[in-house]
Amino acid sequence: MALLDVSNLKVHFHTRNGVTRAVDDVSFSLDAGETLGIVGESGSGKSVTCYSLLGLIPMPPGKIESGTALFNGEDLLNCGEKRLAQIRGDDIAVIFQDPMTCLNPYLTIGEQLIEPLTYHRNIDRKAAKERAVEMLREVGIKAPERRYDSYPHELSGGMRQRVMIAMALIAEPKLLICDEPTTALDVTIQAQILKLIRELQQRHGVAVIFVTHDLAVVSQVADRVLVMNQGKVVETGNTRQLFANPQRAYTRKLIAAIPTGSKAQPRVQDEAPLLAVEHLKTWFRDYSVGYFSARRHPEVGHIKAVDDISLHINRHEILGIVGESGSGKSTLGRAILGLAPVTGGQINYRGERIDQLGNRQRKPLRQQMQMIFQDPYASLNPRMTIFETLAEPLLVHGLATRKTVTAQVLALMDDVGLARNYIRKYPHEFSGGQRQRIAVGRAIATKPEFIVADEPVSALDVTIQAQILDLILDLVDKHNLTMMFISHDLSVVRYIADRVLVMHHGKVIEEGKTESLWTAPAEDYTRQLLAAIPRFEVDAPAHNL
Amino acid sequence: MAMTESPLDTSNIDQEQLLASAEKGTSLWADAWVRLRKNRLALVGLAILVFLTVVSILTPWIAPYGYEVQDLALGASAPSREHWFGTDIFGRDLLTRVMYGGRMSLAVGFVATGVALVIGVLWGTVAGYAGGRVDAVMMRIVDILYALPFMIFIILLMVVFGRNILLLFLAIGAVEWLTMARIVRSQVQSLRKQEFIEAAYSLGLSRWRIIHRHLIPNTLGPVIVYTTLTIPSVMLLEAFLSFLGLGVQPPASSWGLLINNGVETMEEYPWLLIFPGLALSITLFSLNFLGDGLRDALDPRASKD
Amino acid sequence: MFKFTLSRILQAIPVMLVVVTVTFFLVRLAPGGPFDAEKAVPPEVLRALEANYNLDLPVWQQFTHYIGDLLQGDFGPSFRYPGRSVNELIAAGLPASAELGFYALLVAIVIGILAGIISSLRPNTAQDYIPMSAAMIGICMPSFLLGPVLVLIFGIWLEWVPVSGWGDIPGDKILPALTMGSAYAAYIARLSRGGMLEVLSQDYIRTARAKGLPERVVIFKHALRGGIVPVIAYLGPAFAGLLTGSFVVETIFQIPGLGRFFVQAAFNRDYTMIMGSTIFFALLIIVFNLLSDIVAVWINPRLRHQTQGG
Repeated sequence: MALLDVSNLKVHFHTRNGVTRAVDDVSFSLDAGETLGIVGESGSGKSVTCYSLLGLIPMPPGKIESGTALFNGEDLLNCGEKRLAQIRGDDIAVIFQDPMTCLNPYLTIGEQLIEPLTYHRNIDRKAAKERAVEMLREVGIKAPERRYDSYPHELSGGMRQRVMIAMALIAEPKLLICDEPTTALDVTIQAQILKLIRELQQRHGVAVIFVTHDLAVVSQVADRVLVMNQGKVVETGNTRQLFANPQRAYTRKLIAAIPTGSKAQPRVQDEAPLLAVEHLKTWFRDYSVGYFSARRHPEVGHIKAVDDISLHINRHEILGIVGESGSGKSTLGRAILGLAPVTGGQINYRGERIDQLGNRQRKPLRQQMQMIFQDPYASLNPRMTIFETLAEPLLVHGLATRKTVTAQVLALMDDVGLARNYIRKYPHEFSGGQRQRIAVGRAIATKPEFIVADEPVSALDVTIQAQILDLILDLVDKHNLTMMFISHDLSVVRYIADRVLVMHHGKVIEEGKTESLWTAPAEDYTRQLLAAIPRFEVDAPAHNL
Repeated sequence: MAMTESPLDTSNIDQEQLLASAEKGTSLWADAWVRLRKNRLALVGLAILVFLTVVSILTPWIAPYGYEVQDLALGASAPSREHWFGTDIFGRDLLTRVMYGGRMSLAVGFVATGVALVIGVLWGTVAGYAGGRVDAVMMRIVDILYALPFMIFIILLMVVFGRNILLLFLAIGAVEWLTMARIVRSQVQSLRKQEFIEAAYSLGLSRWRIIHRHLIPNTLGPVIVYTTLTIPSVMLLEAFLSFLGLGVQPPASSWGLLINNGVETMEEYPWLLIFPGLALSITLFSLNFLGDGLRDALDPRASKD
Repeated sequence: MFKFTLSRILQAIPVMLVVVTVTFFLVRLAPGGPFDAEKAVPPEVLRALEANYNLDLPVWQQFTHYIGDLLQGDFGPSFRYPGRSVNELIAAGLPASAELGFYALLVAIVIGILAGIISSLRPNTAQDYIPMSAAMIGICMPSFLLGPVLVLIFGIWLEWVPVSGWGDIPGDKILPALTMGSAYAAYIARLSRGGMLEVLSQDYIRTARAKGLPERVVIFKHALRGGIVPVIAYLGPAFAGLLTGSFVVETIFQIPGLGRFFVQAAFNRDYTMIMGSTIFFALLIIVFNLLSDIVAVWINPRLRHQTQGG
């Protein structure tokens, strides 16, 4: 008998704007010790499927319309909230996406760890603590006795996710649901956490449902896979076979959207550098160090976000900047555009020094140097329509008159692939991909020469990501742009950049042409980064792509 | 990258209108009005407030009696055809006195809140946007003023400088702007870190344009809600001062004064408490509903149904 | 934590200095002196009186004298109650006012937080609307109206509790505490509802539920700490307000508290009493703001960590 047998699950959300069929007739089953991957884009219903099994979706507006979910022969959907609470955390445990927000900041790690034991097993605190310390050691946390009394904010993201895993496994569940457990982590940490989950699963013989948007990750961990789209199961089967030989168009589209390989051909470049940065430093005051000691010892009293970086970008080149979180790559981009302070060094644009310009002197430059931000939800003013957002730069720089501005805005919308009748809408009425198109449109409105793109696709679904990347490449070609493309995602950078710079702790580790850096990395750190990228593994070559 | 959905269909867009509305910067308010009209409670609140304001302005001409006309022979009488709200112990018409009282209470509420709003929003925006040392100094001043026991401060002012209504407005406004400044500052501070402000900056917009096109519109929600909370608290403050005998002096009236007098005789002549109390409550509830409605209407993200 | 407290205390010194200076000169700007009302005082007696209270000295000397006394904790003699010092008057009224304030705060916290939690559990349902409408009424209802209404209902009609007095009959402290606490309870209810709604939507609450914890544990152990953070920031000013705003309640229920002294002092131009009360209240406000900040830091481990460095 299967450990979990879900059949005909339907979950609807009843909102004032109508009914959303979040999960629409989903069936699957899972054996003990098996790993099932559920893959889909945002809104595909993959998380709702899992949460509705455990009664963790908000009801209302959510409602389970029909279906059964037999767990060890007991129907989870009909056993009542009390029984379900007994099962949660005891027989079925969950690991969530963002370890930064999923641990209670007001309680110690230990207090949170032992709760499944004290509430489900009536184990006294002392014995529970022993077990918790043991579990912390097992998930690879050093000095577990001391960490037991730590608060979540004292731990790094990777450590917190280890704590989440320990908390999930402490009551020895039979089923572990992992909801995007590595999406919020850096690529090297992701590799460690995936390895840890695999090891623990084998050691404890626990069945796993692994929910993710990342096909490469799922190809590494799952025995079987379930592809979901818009609440429905697209197809299901043995992971490697399914990916090698996808039957449905949607699955093929997903696979095709994975950025693979390098740019078709490097662009023809001018050798004259458009932008040259020399020994750039951006230091921020470290407020945990007192004012006077910070003045006496600037080395100690400052966080060196960008520390002595030199680089150049040639005309019509796309330079990729790669690094993990906290490497200073974003600060570098901002400093170049005058959005972050420059502590030392200089920035030359077209041979002229620009890092000391005042606000007013910089204005003509701002027309030529633009930025695309990471989060299309935060980078657009929620109270301005698309027309206002796109018209503003045109009018401020005198590139349009009141007569011509509407036509120009419409042309811009054509350029970035937005339907013209959206012109009066507000940002919240758009999907993430459409918003990023608006943001791209705003950046190219003034016909700039140089654009800093700061993680422009990392908040987007994989198929949307592919569209936006292609849009950016198109526009770079069409308008002869020069670009600095910042990303934590090495595959994306490989796909788009001519040349790559690897950053770590505010310094440049390595620099080179994209392909040569990939094939022959010179530095250890680069090699580690490249090795940590999850490979999309399939049985046979996917010849039907 | 093919454009899948870009019909060359501009026919349904009135370009002139679009241009006009977008350029004058009125579209936020125009859209807000469209949304507000769909909120029935807020509209009722607005209608009541407009009605009360108009009545207050016109009171000297439309009041049925003079506010100090006494009919000692009549004394306190229950509501009747001649005196809709009844009369007080001096035989003065209560409807008239409630109308004159509303004039005073609404004026105190709106003027003092207006003073608080202007000072508070400017102070908070400048402090939040400038940051650094300017911010530190400005907020320290707010801290100092916070530490003054304001109830005593106002009593002192009223005692010292006499019962001057204008002074009363100013004094109350001077108390209430502190919280407004704090709210606006914290809003501006969190907005300043948002990417769209950074984007506006990198587009080369002027400081003033960033403040009035990008910052202030996004602080409106909490400001409006706090404003609608300030008006009642100002009216209550005036009522409290009347209770102390420092506010409006008889025979002039305010709702606070009327309620206070009504309390003394509430067992014998309950209407003397009920009518002014109702007037105050209806005003406060209307303000509350209008405030919530305005906040939602000014946020395009709120649901559109 | 120690550094944080110390720096806040140091910051309070200039604030107090400004308070003292402003009130000192404001009081003396006023037309009329403290002895105006006493008719037909012979000039030599008046002079003797003024000399007694240092009023014959130049203003700046009066100021330095006053500051000197103040530093020794002496608020000086009352101008209006001959033979009694301001310190004595404050000491006489403080116990009743403090006790009343304490009970009112208790009422406010218990009722307010409970109502806030209840509302937040099912937002936008009757369970939310009813307590929140009551809160709105509580905010709008002036205490000089609420007090008599409560007296009328519970004291006169139902005869459940005494209608006035302080400590004479058992139960005579209930109505004053309710009258004073209700407006604050209403504010606290609104604040804690907002705080709880915010916290209940956090990911870590979902984690707690995913562990299968009983709902009461999820709410009281996991959610409440974060949910009452805005309430704690409000408690400091609230308690200071409960003490200063007690005049109305003290008058209605005939309680021998501080509020009445202070209001009378302002009417009587009792310079030292005005000064004394203003400084005393400013001190209270500062102390309670500091206390609520310390509690806020203590309850939030993230802040605790930051304040250790300094």
